[in-house]
Amino acid sequence: MNSSNEWKFTRRDVLKMGAMSMTAMAVPRLVAAQAAVETPRQPVEAKVALEVNGKAQELSLDTRTTLLDALREHLHLTGTKKGCDHGQCGACTVIVDGRRINSCLTLAVMHQDAKVTTIEGLGTPDKLHPMQAAFVKHDGYQCGYCTPGQICSAVAVLDEIQRDIPSHVTEDLSAKARVSRMEVRERMSGNICRCGAYSNIHDAIADVAGGVA
Amino acid sequence: MKPFSYERADSPKAAASAAARTPGARFIAGGTNLLDLMKTGVEEPSHLIDVNGLDLDRIEPTDEGGLRVGALVRNTDLAADARVRRDYPLLSRALLSGASGQLRNKATTAGNLLQRTRCPYFYDINQPCNKRLPGSGCGAIGGYSRQHAVVGASEACIATHPSDMAVAMRALDATVETVKPDGGTRRIPIAQFHTLPGSTPHIEHALAPGELITAVTLPRPVGGAQLYHKVRDRASYAFALVSVALIVQKDGKGCVAMGGVAHKPWRMEAADAALPEGAAAVAKHLFDGAQPTEQNAYKITLAERTLAAALVEAKGRAA
Repeated sequence: MNSSNEWKFTRRDVLKMGAMSMTAMAVPRLVAAQAAVETPRQPVEAKVALEVNGKAQELSLDTRTTLLDALREHLHLTGTKKGCDHGQCGACTVIVDGRRINSCLTLAVMHQDAKVTTIEGLGTPDKLHPMQAAFVKHDGYQCGYCTPGQICSAVAVLDEIQRDIPSHVTEDLSAKARVSRMEVRERMSGNICRCGAYSNIHDAIADVAGGVA
Repeated sequence: MKPFSYERADSPKAAASAAARTPGARFIAGGTNLLDLMKTGVEEPSHLIDVNGLDLDRIEPTDEGGLRVGALVRNTDLAADARVRRDYPLLSRALLSGASGQLRNKATTAGNLLQRTRCPYFYDINQPCNKRLPGSGCGAIGGYSRQHAVVGASEACIATHPSDMAVAMRALDATVETVKPDGGTRRIPIAQFHTLPGSTPHIEHALAPGELITAVTLPRPVGGAQLYHKVRDRASYAFALVSVALIVQKDGKGCVAMGGVAHKPWRMEAADAALPEGAAAVAKHLFDGAQPTEQNAYKITLAERTLAAALVEAKGRAA
């Protein structure tokens, strides 16, 4: 049974073939008009200078390079993860000029002179950031893939509450923002954990925030 | 993603004129929607004009007693502004119900208004879509349509507008300010800003080629109870199935705009006038002539009930 040819294909190959046959079917109908006039475009390089984890960096990049790819592929800071690459999972969360963002949904060249903090810049193995230590203590992960994004996001969430930025679950917009279980849950909704370590992630954040019911 | 050239604009007028004279150019600000669309091949700009350096990121009082919100004010900052929280709580609530914290930190006021639909057939370049490729057909009609428009749609397109912020802006009677490539300026009432699909669903707003949004102004605060109720498939970080932006005064008068039901924020004068009669009377006007699909007919019931719940809450606040 296992000698049959179909076993030479991996699941990924089959998916690729499926996608190709869809494209082949759709191309003549949908994009033929565009294809006839379009000439291939050449990649464009641009320079950008930015500070990453306190260190000045100068890069010459294809303009298409996202901040995420600049960090991972060019600066080899692979702590920041690529999950969905569409801003839906939060694995790529970094802190730019004091604010958490999805590094996959922004171009590196748009960040001239920006100050970027990645998971590598928050702490070191010898000297963990309090949020990193709390994630270890509370077991706030299983596979760990989403963890750098979770931690960067969590650090920024506590800062956002400190700066009195309200959230969807803030009951009174005229009162100062406070830390609560509901607030942390809502504010962390842009970071997905498919292992489902959410309750421990919450406990880690609550610990750093100084204890939350 | 197809290669593109890139420039940083140094004035709104320069940005507008560069956009008008460069074929295939797009403005980029927050980029959270545009880059997503470029990765999927829905958008293929050959040139990006980065407007982030423009001096359009302030919230200032207007001479009329309202607020002028710069085009580049980030969603987080607009929602957190003390004046907005006090005088336009509806706007704060709508903004905070949208996207995630990371996205709100990047997304801008102007970009939020110009968001593209999240119709899955628009996003998938292997599917027909009259909005993405005029004349190719509509995959949603006869397809998977539970998230789509129930009113104001056409035979060409049943997509919805995804913005929460725009629904609040519509209820608040905001005005969009622009600069044109020739340097002239224009003020567009939000009611006339977004368009219905008709036979040209690829046209979504009133902006001319190259025209750049510089600000959105809010009129004097109207007070009253202001609520934004959003119903979605999960408790956070999802687009609306139905949303209700409601302003009610003590005498029961006010206005209602709805999101998730049409190609633009959905509001009608006759529906506003029916507000003192209750949710059913309002919904009757808002959904007059609605043509839902079998899969999204639930939205009409859901919209009426969501409004009814909001009215109850508003009454509780006024008491």
